[in-house]
Amino acid sequence: MDLSWMAWTWQTAVFFASIALLLVAMTIWEVLSPGGGPRRGVLGLETTRGDRLFISLLGSAFINLAWLGLVGPSLWWALGLSLLYAIAVFRWV
Amino acid sequence: MDKTWNNKAWFLVVPVIVLVAFNAIIPLMTVVNYSVQESFGGGVFFFEGTKWFQQILTSERFHAALLRQFAFTGTILLIEIPLGVAIALAMPRRGPWVSVCLVLMALPLLVPWHVVGAIWNIFALPEIGLLGRALNGLGFDYNFTRQVGSAWFTLILMDVWHWTSLVVLLAYAGLMAIPEPYYQAARIDGASQWAVFRHIQLPKMNRVLTIAVLLRFMDSFIIYTEPFVLTGGGPGNATTLLSIDLVKMALGQFDVGPAAAMSIIYFLIVLAISWVFYTLMMRNEDRW
Repeated sequence: MDLSWMAWTWQTAVFFASIALLLVAMTIWEVLSPGGGPRRGVLGLETTRGDRLFISLLGSAFINLAWLGLVGPSLWWALGLSLLYAIAVFRWV
Repeated sequence: MDKTWNNKAWFLVVPVIVLVAFNAIIPLMTVVNYSVQESFGGGVFFFEGTKWFQQILTSERFHAALLRQFAFTGTILLIEIPLGVAIALAMPRRGPWVSVCLVLMALPLLVPWHVVGAIWNIFALPEIGLLGRALNGLGFDYNFTRQVGSAWFTLILMDVWHWTSLVVLLAYAGLMAIPEPYYQAARIDGASQWAVFRHIQLPKMNRVLTIAVLLRFMDSFIIYTEPFVLTGGGPGNATTLLSIDLVKMALGQFDVGPAAAMSIIYFLIVLAISWVFYTLMMRNEDRW
């Protein structure tokens, strides 16, 4: 199958592979402990761990965009910030 | 956990997943790939990293289009939601006029989008259009092809004409779902019409109104056809909303890299705001 029209780069491949791995990990977590661990966090709404992953990823996208727009092109700090944000989301949301 | 879990039903979802992968996920992945590269066509790409994202995020052209987009969406929401609720409240609840009103309300929704644009373009032309000639005859200096204010006025009027009906129909459905005893109780208490609206009708319409706001937000935020046919984004760039700007960049200038980066930023904004609305909706659902 010729995928050259999709214009793959190894960087975007790594990005999508990480997302895929996250989804696989979430599936394994769900198999090990079904139900999604619903709870009511600081936002006052019931979230499962799938919701928390979504909030983490969407928030990380905006953290990275804000970094690009306001600070500069090196995104390693933004990535670190996103990880902290994701940990906070999984802990408290 | 005593419940028997059987997840085999998930296999029934496979066709949908394949379809969504084909028409959404794979194209979206391609857009992400484009967004980090430069291309001059012919399938040749050069890696550029996050350059396009930075360029878009700091470009005044994007800021202006985004601002126009929020101004447009905010204005039409502020007009269409209260107007829709007011019309729904004024509509008869029973009798032969119900069907007449519903059909009249549904009519604008049945007109194809580009036809709406064409109708309003001709209707508003200052020389030959009914609206344009009437406004100029009344002494207003109105020419939507040349004046920014007139172009915005026509654009917003067109959207209100086209989409208020949707809010009316949703609000009307919400009103019809309120059981009669609520009104009887309000009458016994001697509640004023405003009190009935404020404490019975509005809370009961809360859910349909959230859906109405969500639908109108998403549709107006990604609107393309109607303003494109009406003004083409002009005069100048005055009505160039995000989608029009995006198409200009992607197809007009063939800047696929920056256009892909802009699509992703655009998509993320729509996704984030829709998520907020959805969450608010779910919270309200929890409360009842």
